[in-house]
Amino acid sequence: MSQEIENIKPSYPLFRDQEYKDNLAAKKANFEEAHSQEKIDEVFQWTTTAEYQELNFKREALTVNPAKACQPLGAILCAIGFEKTLPYVHGSQGCVAYFRTYFNRHFKEPFACVSDSMTEDAAVFGGQKNMFDGLENAKALYQPAMIAVSTTCMAEVIGDDLNAFINNTKKEGHLPQDYPVPFAHTPSFVGSHTTGWDNMFEGIARYFTLNSMEDKVVGSNGKLNLVPGFETYLGNFRVIHRMLDEMGVAHTLLSDPTEVLDTPADGQFRMYSGGTTQDEIKDAPNAIDTLLLQPWQLEKTKKYVQATWKHEVPKLNIPMGLEWTDQFLMKVSELTGKPIAPVLEKERGRLVDMMTDSHAWLHGKKFALWGDADFVMGLVKFLLEVGAEPTHILCNHANKRWRKAVEEILAASPYGANCKVHISRDLWHMRSLVFTDKPDFMIGNSYGKFIQRDTLYKGKEFEVPLIRMGFPIFDRHHLHRQTTLGYEGAMNMLTTLVNAILERLDDDTRGMGTTDYNYDLVR
Amino acid sequence: MARLRQCAIYGKGGIGKSTTTQNLVAALAEAGKKVMIVGCDPKADSTRLILHAKAQNSIMQMASDAGSVEDLELEEVLKVGYGEIKCVESGGPEPGVGCAGRGVITAINFLEEEGAYTEDLDFVFYDVLGDVVCGGFAMPIRENKAQEIYIVCSGEMMAMYAANNIAKGIVKYANSGGVRLAGLICNSRETDREDELIIALAERLGTQMIHFVPRDNVVQRAEIRRMTCIEYDPSHSQSDEYRALANKIIENKNLVIPTPITMDELEELLMEFGIMEAEDETIVGKKAVEEAAVAAA
Repeated sequence: MSQEIENIKPSYPLFRDQEYKDNLAAKKANFEEAHSQEKIDEVFQWTTTAEYQELNFKREALTVNPAKACQPLGAILCAIGFEKTLPYVHGSQGCVAYFRTYFNRHFKEPFACVSDSMTEDAAVFGGQKNMFDGLENAKALYQPAMIAVSTTCMAEVIGDDLNAFINNTKKEGHLPQDYPVPFAHTPSFVGSHTTGWDNMFEGIARYFTLNSMEDKVVGSNGKLNLVPGFETYLGNFRVIHRMLDEMGVAHTLLSDPTEVLDTPADGQFRMYSGGTTQDEIKDAPNAIDTLLLQPWQLEKTKKYVQATWKHEVPKLNIPMGLEWTDQFLMKVSELTGKPIAPVLEKERGRLVDMMTDSHAWLHGKKFALWGDADFVMGLVKFLLEVGAEPTHILCNHANKRWRKAVEEILAASPYGANCKVHISRDLWHMRSLVFTDKPDFMIGNSYGKFIQRDTLYKGKEFEVPLIRMGFPIFDRHHLHRQTTLGYEGAMNMLTTLVNAILERLDDDTRGMGTTDYNYDLVR
Repeated sequence: MARLRQCAIYGKGGIGKSTTTQNLVAALAEAGKKVMIVGCDPKADSTRLILHAKAQNSIMQMASDAGSVEDLELEEVLKVGYGEIKCVESGGPEPGVGCAGRGVITAINFLEEEGAYTEDLDFVFYDVLGDVVCGGFAMPIRENKAQEIYIVCSGEMMAMYAANNIAKGIVKYANSGGVRLAGLICNSRETDREDELIIALAERLGTQMIHFVPRDNVVQRAEIRRMTCIEYDPSHSQSDEYRALANKIIENKNLVIPTPITMDELEELLMEFGIMEAEDETIVGKKAVEEAAVAAA
């Protein structure tokens, strides 16, 4: 069992060596009390049937792979988008370790976030003491310019009152009175990571603007505000900046984590880097208007911005695909009076050219997909634009109004005719769907790889390959640096989709003398 | 529009919070005020006299039936009863399971998000279970919610003990926010010198006894009919008592950060009024047989 130093094997292929095979077989035979392979296969086959699907959709008490995460995860992503801001989670330590690793694995970057480590006594007596020490220590150790507080379920169940605790922390002298500590209650038994982002944003906006609205005049700074929502494609922040810069539109991206989540390896560790400044958020009510890039997940933000900043917040969809990017840019142009930049018009033309070039391959291809509400809706819109057919669309955290809106989009296109929209469903439901109504591809986060494995186990002809888009993507590198918004994002998605189709076609036609009559050099 | 006043009613279990609140609210409604009652008690009995119902469907019960709170609509949980009084019950788990405090938080958040706190309201009353036992039951007195707290008590020792405890809870919130103690409501148990005693307690706590509600069986007779006394027998003198209380609350400007007293001080007060005997240290821990032996000797 020893490894040779010149040839260290990882688990694969190491466990394929005979001694490991024997060892694992012995473990199974002697200790696992497993069912026979025939029985396992019988049950496996049953889980792929329509009969099982029916039972699966009656499932009430259990969620398997929910295709969403919890509120504080979103809250801390929102927080690090602000300059020199330390996200602070009031609650248990394990939760925060989970948030950090989750983002580490997706962004391949360190992610600074602290907890005040509530334990049993805090659960009984409330976590105010933890907060006194935690806030004081966090400020002393990591020297942030602001600490953004969210909560774990533990603090929420016992009903800790952040507003009172933070006020008391300052009153007791653990923090200076004017030190910014915006907060949001983020109980994870409500909503999802996108709700948490929304709550934290509202908390930050509230802290910096609620009591200083007297001298604010809408439009006085001549800028546009953009609120990204829970966004994990770094290219999306960059493309929004680029498009508006090219139009000469002064703007503020409210929460912009691109720098801190993409720091260079030059020997210097940066705990904080870039981000929206406090002056920018304070000045935000003076903007011409606020555009929400992911409106379905920013309900609370919208309410606050309309009620307090008195911004119109025009109804827009996520700027994804051709038409919705058009609408976005036209709205920007309308609000600012600046024409759409010729370079963007040219870029649009290039996208249309690409779409027609690849159309023959994308036409009629079937896709099952899942993810966050706005992302999924934008992707559906784009798939229809390129003539692809979505078959099953799943979003765990979306509401009925969202489902209706997606159904309307589908109804407006001949390619949407045979598609079903699923809300409050998980990836185990999706697994049933791709067995009983096989699409050509799945589009979703890394968790879909297990569905792909299962479909392959049933037989090569049942395999549904996964195209990785969304969050989280743990098992492929650097995809988070890509772009999905704007014409640029559409080009990128188009490239990904069409090449996945061509890769697959090559796989299927590589059979020497059997299928290679279609193994073409030119596609 | 006058500013919305939000009031929370606390007090020892069984002291008559729900009955007093509903009669008070009925009197306010009679005086032309727009009122909402938010029951913050898993028993969900804070609105039955207004709605003539056994128990109103509570937010948590309906959320649990529907799958989640997000599936609920405001109209499903907000009922209108006597005097156009709006009624909501937070509800909560059965005894021994789950977390009732969280139910209160969930319910109040739901009401806020769904816009239950409309502009035309003059008063919102939170009828809260027993003591301030956890963060959840303190929800009604968080920032931007109830600013006035009334404690229902009587001349019994445990009721006063509870009132003092609640005052301690209020101090915690009063120091960081705007919540204030607005008075003690004495719901009479016909103990000796009850009014004087409660006035004395109120003084020690830095507040006032806002009203002494005498005991009268008409309240029970009305309750059997699931009505408030105000509605059942408006001409009864007891109804006038509730009207008096309502008027005092409308006019009340006496809002303070309470000064809770120590256990010893409370006992002293009780002894002063003869509710409690002075403690005889020599009898502590003595069994009956030992005492008999001492007596025989």
